Amino acid sequence: MASITIRDVKKSYGKSPVVHGVDLDIVSGEFVVILGPSGCGKSTLLRMIAGLEEISGGEIAIDGTVVNRLEPRERGCAMVFQNYALYPHMSVAQNIGYSLKVAGVPKAERTQRIQAVARILELEPMLDRKPAALSGGQRQRVAMGRAMIREPKVFLFDEPLSNLDAKLRVQMRSEIRKLHRRLNATSVFVTHDQVEAMTLADRLVVMNGGRVEQVGTPGEIYKRPASRFVATFVGAPAMNILEGIVELDGLSLLGGSRRLPIPRVGLPVGAKVAMGIRPEAVRLVAPGSQGALNATVDLVEELGAGRVIYVDLDGAAFSVVTSETVHPAPGATVGLKISPDDMHFFSSETGARLDVFKASVPVPAH
Amino acid sequence: MVERTPILNFVTHLVLFIGFVLAVAPFAIVAIAASHNLKDVNDVPMSLLPGSDFWLNIKTAWTTADLGPKLLNSFIMATGVAAGKVIISALTAFSIVYFRYPGRTFIFWLIFITLMLPLEVRIVPTYAVVANVLSPYQTILDVTGLSWLIEKISGVRIALSFGLLNSYTGLILPLIATATGTFLYRQFFLTVPDELTEAARMDGAGALRFFIDILLPLSRTNMAALGTIMFLWAWNQYLWPLLITTDQSHATAVTELKQLIPNIGGIPEWNIAMAGTLIVMLPPLIVVVAMQRWFVRGLIATEK
Repeated sequence: MASITIRDVKKSYGKSPVVHGVDLDIVSGEFVVILGPSGCGKSTLLRMIAGLEEISGGEIAIDGTVVNRLEPRERGCAMVFQNYALYPHMSVAQNIGYSLKVAGVPKAERTQRIQAVARILELEPMLDRKPAALSGGQRQRVAMGRAMIREPKVFLFDEPLSNLDAKLRVQMRSEIRKLHRRLNATSVFVTHDQVEAMTLADRLVVMNGGRVEQVGTPGEIYKRPASRFVATFVGAPAMNILEGIVELDGLSLLGGSRRLPIPRVGLPVGAKVAMGIRPEAVRLVAPGSQGALNATVDLVEELGAGRVIYVDLDGAAFSVVTSETVHPAPGATVGLKISPDDMHFFSSETGARLDVFKASVPVPAH
Repeated sequence: MVERTPILNFVTHLVLFIGFVLAVAPFAIVAIAASHNLKDVNDVPMSLLPGSDFWLNIKTAWTTADLGPKLLNSFIMATGVAAGKVIISALTAFSIVYFRYPGRTFIFWLIFITLMLPLEVRIVPTYAVVANVLSPYQTILDVTGLSWLIEKISGVRIALSFGLLNSYTGLILPLIATATGTFLYRQFFLTVPDELTEAARMDGAGALRFFIDILLPLSRTNMAALGTIMFLWAWNQYLWPLLITTDQSHATAVTELKQLIPNIGGIPEWNIAMAGTLIVMLPPLIVVVAMQRWFVRGLIATEK
């Protein structure tokens, strides 16, 4: 159990910077998930914590000790790799116990600890097998066992579930969660899968282009995305964005075909603003209803539990998630109802969230 | 693509068979010749039916060329070269692949260049060095005038001398210093996933620990392949052993075969020569058969 403090950490390969100054405080026992698209520097950040990458600038401290210059083994971290990275020539027991062997733990104690870990992970029947004779999920468990046996201060996970099939992934996800509750060790988990991130995280760190976009609980991230990037990256299907321009009496959307009567606090006329609406927040109503926007259905995706309906709203693509039994055919006209409380506003220039806007009146139906 | 044409099947098998005959025929002729007596072996054409003097010829060849100790010499040399090569190659490749240090690329190219300089090309300087291992240092001292200076001051004349002629070390060492093995290992090490290296680092294993515990066990098949190839190569060396073993006690089996080949005007005992050849061929054959399984695996694929 340990806290991790990350202060203005930077990383560059040669002259090209990859991570541009990240600040992050991870509380002892917390499960933090770093989420971001590939190439956003999330794995690099994790590897800097692990000690596998040199830190180009800034400081990382584990439990108050600056670890910048420490070897991985001296940092008290254990890591689970994406491809498991099991030693192919060693049995499961040897794989799990290798770190203890290196540390010179006597054989009797080693065997005992391997047994204990294997019991937790239900690996006891296959301790003598080689990794090649294991299934993907079992290999993943061995990789976790290898991390667990060291009783590390910090667990680091580098996209550990991305090589598993969908069903196993869900299963391993809950196992990791249970394991964390049981061991209560500080954990940092890197993934590009937002479902994984939402379900596992105590706190979520969304990264993009080497910067932290937002840190918060999964709920906060979903409900109050701090930037346009976070808004569109988290949530599936992605949040709908309508570009707008600030006018004297409100916000003009969709090239002027709709307007929102909102105060333009602080923003000059002509400033570009993006309005976001989650597909789940849009309600389908009969076309022409009071306060509804008319749109044409392009495509309907059946999800079983509900449907995603892609519509064309005055030339802008818009998606709606509905669980209702309405099943509009492509080409039909539907009405969309949007509550002002569900609208998010972002600056088109910086992408930052704008809270000054508060649409007080429903979108008028032209 | 799987072809299912009987004609093509026949043709491919025919090609295979011709290849097989081409490969085996010389050995068969050697074996048959080794079984004839002096008269039959010199018949033209020689009878391709085996004669009855096989064991007698073998015995004669063995005693005439004193093959017992020579085979032992050959065996020591070939094993030494194979083992030395396996160890040196693994270490150099480990250094080149896993460490970042200044001059790494330079050293890599230095090793690479030795590929273009086989022993036969540099045999004279190599001989000079083996004849006196310290001669390069002597040269340095002489050229820089240091030895002259020391002689002037102390009156002692420096003459460094440490010869390796007629020794196993002299036979083995120069044959070890080539690059082929380094490249075989390098290629293999490059296929080992980085994550394995990182996992070992996270597990607390240092460089040497990683090398011994992870890399070496993983490259077992490579070692077997390299060891086998180098054993055969060293066993078949002729020029180098001939050059540096002036003393009979260190001569190798392959160079001693020459003793069995009839001189012009001598008795044409080709049956004895062939029997000797068979004996000398046998140890490498045993090594290949024994190592075949590993050998093939080491060359075609890495163990998953």
